Amino acid sequence: MKKVEAIIRPEKLEDVKKALENKGIVAMTITEVRGRGEQKGIKLQFRGRTMDVDLLPKVKIEIVVEDSKVDTVINTIANSARTGKYGDGKIFVIPVEKSVRVRTGEIET
Amino acid sequence: MLSNISAGDTAWLLTATALVMLMTPGLGLFYGGMVRKKNVLSMIALSFIAYAIVSIQWVIYGFSLSFGKDVHGFIGNLCYFLLPNFYSKVWPGTHVPALVYVAFQLVFAAITLAIITSACAERVKLSAFIVFGLLWTTFVYDPLAHWVWGGGWSANLGALDFAGGTVVHISSGFGALALALVIGKRSGFGEYDMEPHNIPMTLLGTALLWFGWFGFNAGSAVAANASAANAFIVTNTAAAVAGLSWMFASWIKEGKPGSLGFASGAVAGLVAITPAAGYVGIPGAIVIGAVVGVLCYCMMLFRISRGLDESLDAWAVHGMGGLWGAIATGIFATKAVSDYSGLIYGNVHQFIVQIVAAFAAVAYAFIVTLILAKIVDAVIGLRVSEEEEYVGLDISQHGETAYS
Repeated sequence: MKKVEAIIRPEKLEDVKKALENKGIVAMTITEVRGRGEQKGIKLQFRGRTMDVDLLPKVKIEIVVEDSKVDTVINTIANSARTGKYGDGKIFVIPVEKSVRVRTGEIET
Repeated sequence: MLSNISAGDTAWLLTATALVMLMTPGLGLFYGGMVRKKNVLSMIALSFIAYAIVSIQWVIYGFSLSFGKDVHGFIGNLCYFLLPNFYSKVWPGTHVPALVYVAFQLVFAAITLAIITSACAERVKLSAFIVFGLLWTTFVYDPLAHWVWGGGWSANLGALDFAGGTVVHISSGFGALALALVIGKRSGFGEYDMEPHNIPMTLLGTALLWFGWFGFNAGSAVAANASAANAFIVTNTAAAVAGLSWMFASWIKEGKPGSLGFASGAVAGLVAITPAAGYVGIPGAIVIGAVVGVLCYCMMLFRISRGLDESLDAWAVHGMGGLWGAIATGIFATKAVSDYSGLIYGNVHQFIVQIVAAFAAVAYAFIVTLILAKIVDAVIGLRVSEEEEYVGLDISQHGETAYS
């Protein structure tokens, strides 16, 4: 079992959700976050002065799936969240030891 | 020192002026709640800035262009440049000091420019807006105010506009349409949702607009009299009916009645009753409100279906609501509350005059705004850069954030 953690543009969230749903991936957790990548945010030019906006609003999606579905999830998110410009985000895959369904106490490993 | 001044009229008009002043920041909140959170300060600031630009322009030469000596029925001359000797003047045809009249007219001119910011929400360059705003209030608002209230051709034709359906709402609504066409869509418009970020803020703005509108319409009697009382009650009636009418229309169409729909409908009702407030009675107000709620809701849907990003619907609500109000004045005007009667009492002439005056204002506001916007766009550029738009105008134009 793996957790896929994707940091994406907030405006792409609806597209990503829809694309994942089409592949049968429904369960997810969303957090509004702020972050920056290698470019240190965006530099705005004002008549020679520059102004840094270094932490930009992003959305973090967390999805826990069986190993066999990890590639589908990654590809679907990457394709639906991509604009081709800096700031499209990153996807991380993290191993998960177990999950417990709160309602039933059912354990999955 | 001044004879012929009515203390009651003066007290009421001073109060009404302060009420109308509150509408401009109220409009800022109304609009501010509807944009994304990265642009809320920009949206509110635009209203304040519009208010300040017009406040200064008006006392220097704006009042004179609107209310100065008539030049060919089109505009006033500069005889009231810097308001010479106004301290000791009673405004002709009223019982109030001329300076009170100047202030009362000032707050109307100011909110009109603020309404048009709908069209450039979330993408306008602040410096360009300041230039555009000064040009717009000078070349669009001032002549239109002269046509209708300053002794221009429209007034001579006999067109009725009690509190500014044509001057304020048609001009800003159709101006907004032209400005939106020149400045273009927000990036991402039509691709992803741009939901209002704070509906309670918009509802608070609606409350301030509704409250201030009593000054706007009842103050337009320029006296503390029965006409003011009539304007007060029909204003409230039309707003209430239109709020519910928009709400029911959206309830039927979308399955749930949004609070935002009610608020938009109430504003549409206030807009539509504006030209009619001194000429129609309660029955007229009810019909005007009922029609305008559904009309403006449909116009908003039409605007969206055409992919037109007149972002906060100044055209649908103020433009079309104002147009309906101007025409409706010619339908429902009644001798029971004024010296005028409309179509339903057999006065076809008044009806036709209203249509001519309203459509002339539509054409003038649209065309001149289009030209002014094109010029400012070519010389300074109306829009911010793509990156500035992406991070939001609060940071890029003001260096501030609303919520941390």
